[in-house]
Amino acid sequence: GDFILVSDTQSDASFLIHHFLSFYLRARCKVCFVGLVQSFSHYSAIGQRLGVSLTQAKEKGQLIFLEGLKESLSILIPQESTAESQAMDFLRDPTFGLRSLYEFVRSSVNSPGGGEEGAEEWGPPVLLVDDVSVLLSLGVSAGAVLDFSHYCRATVCSQLQGNMVMLVRCLGEEVEDDGSDEGSEWLLKGLTHQCSLTLNVQGLPTGYCRDIHGQVEVCWRRRQGDGQHTQKKLFQYKVHDKGASFFARGTSSAVL
Amino acid sequence: MAALVNSVGKPSVERPPFNSTSFQKKTRSKLISIPGTRPSVQNGQLLVSTGVTSLDYLLGGGLAVGTVLLIEEDRFDSYSRMILKYFLAEGVVCRHELFVAAAQDNPDDILQELPAPILDDVAIHKPVEQPRLSCEPQDNLDAMKIAWRYQNLPKVQSALASSSRFGHYYDVSKTMEPEIRQAAKCHRFYLPEHPTHHMIEPYSAVLKSLQEVIQREGFDLSTPMSVSRNILRVGLHSLGSALWGDDLSCHDNPRHGHALTTFLYGLRALLRSSLSVAVVTVPSHLIQVIHYLTLLIHKSMKTLLFVIPLYKDIGLLHVRQVPHLNCLASQLPDHKDLAFKLKRKQFSIERLHLPPDLSETVSRVSRGELAGAAAVASACSSGTSGNKHLDF
Repeated sequence: GDFILVSDTQSDASFLIHHFLSFYLRARCKVCFVGLVQSFSHYSAIGQRLGVSLTQAKEKGQLIFLEGLKESLSILIPQESTAESQAMDFLRDPTFGLRSLYEFVRSSVNSPGGGEEGAEEWGPPVLLVDDVSVLLSLGVSAGAVLDFSHYCRATVCSQLQGNMVMLVRCLGEEVEDDGSDEGSEWLLKGLTHQCSLTLNVQGLPTGYCRDIHGQVEVCWRRRQGDGQHTQKKLFQYKVHDKGASFFARGTSSAVL
Repeated sequence: MAALVNSVGKPSVERPPFNSTSFQKKTRSKLISIPGTRPSVQNGQLLVSTGVTSLDYLLGGGLAVGTVLLIEEDRFDSYSRMILKYFLAEGVVCRHELFVAAAQDNPDDILQELPAPILDDVAIHKPVEQPRLSCEPQDNLDAMKIAWRYQNLPKVQSALASSSRFGHYYDVSKTMEPEIRQAAKCHRFYLPEHPTHHMIEPYSAVLKSLQEVIQREGFDLSTPMSVSRNILRVGLHSLGSALWGDDLSCHDNPRHGHALTTFLYGLRALLRSSLSVAVVTVPSHLIQVIHYLTLLIHKSMKTLLFVIPLYKDIGLLHVRQVPHLNCLASQLPDHKDLAFKLKRKQFSIERLHLPPDLSETVSRVSRGELAGAAAVASACSSGTSGNKHLDF
């Protein structure tokens, strides 16, 4: 069980989330996707370009998708006819915490996959969360988010030996935290301690370039008997329509 | 030659209303065609013009349906309001429906200030006469014998049913005529007049009324496709200011610090499930730093524009982010240094280009030339002392 943290600072790391989604679906794992920022059609359109059909996976039971935007409407605009969604309960009272969201994750990860006949055996469960930091902007405290990720890690990674990937977005140097204020930087630090692999996506330090979209810093945290080893590598990337290409620093096709 | 004239001499009565030739492209695609929109060249996303053609170019062809354009206002809300008015005027000209919500000014006032479009082929509806969709058979025109190819083209003054162009030009010194404006359907939300003003929170009231409009008028994507679809343009003015009942701009630790971001979240949810586009202006200079930043975290499906006026009608335009819906790669602009110029007939956004400061021309520059100095990309601009304002 691995906890992979994808973070970005003033750039867009969502291409990594799409990559992980298609990767795990192709590896025939059971995927629980908590998509809080985009609609399902967005992911399925990109997934199709990457070669995976999300609608098919959803029908077969391989993919359980929580569409945060759609479910949030049932709470933000309360109506008598439609039932309120349980998982996005935190929108009503953000100080309460993410317990109901965790319950949703736990039930979907533990549920047996497939229909009655010919229930296919999927691989170990994977939890993907697109944009944990949007929870901060909706009023949830960073401590509650850390608790949520801790509970998920205990369930998914330790108990079920699955993987977990989360995306965190930060703002970088523009944030002036007073120290007591819990911002996204604080959340990022807390999550970094919990994870085993960090992928940090940033813009180029020299400025804006059209051909090289940024750099990715890959950081392994291995916990071994004699202490922690961290191994870091730095790549640059360019996002294409069908994926991203990574290359060593300075070897971009635009430069050579 | 005579035989040819006879066979094609009959003018076609059933002329397709939007085309100027009788050539019909065979389209087998199921894309709904709504006037005033066009599919993007990158990913087939439906795009809508913002009213400012250079802004459309920056955004990769136009504003994608289902997204929000967030404009951070300048200090006196002059240029962001101008962009909002361009957006609404474009909606009127393309016959989209409008939804305007404001707490400070009456939406009717905003609608009365819309700039007048520079028309050559836009229909001006006279409500007295019946507007006819197809062109009248031109009985009074003799069949052309030599230039018969041009016979099917409309005359210059003839009224097309709706404008099939994407993006129009507006004359800022004149306001739109009431006849044109009334042709477009407009839904208003004016906070002081709203019946439940004191009961529920204003932001959720806006969401609720917007959802009602979407469901009632059939913009929802989940309802079965009917023949005619239209786009709903949502214009929200000055969200986050104190008049919306939000104390985000008043206190250091507001009570409901996340009401605005939660509202934007719900707005995005509504837009993604319907055929609508939204332009929101936010007075970010009033909002305290910490909460402003949580607003920025929430940035994935929005374009953020930051407008800084500098001198007369020239200023800087900072595009913080352009979203990419349904595709991985986003349309990045070539240059990030952009300046805008508001002229009478055009709101143009150009690359910021500072010609070298030649000291001998400093004293001789007149005031009138400074307006042309800032953002002209061509190398022939000479008045340079105005660039002192832009010198970083």
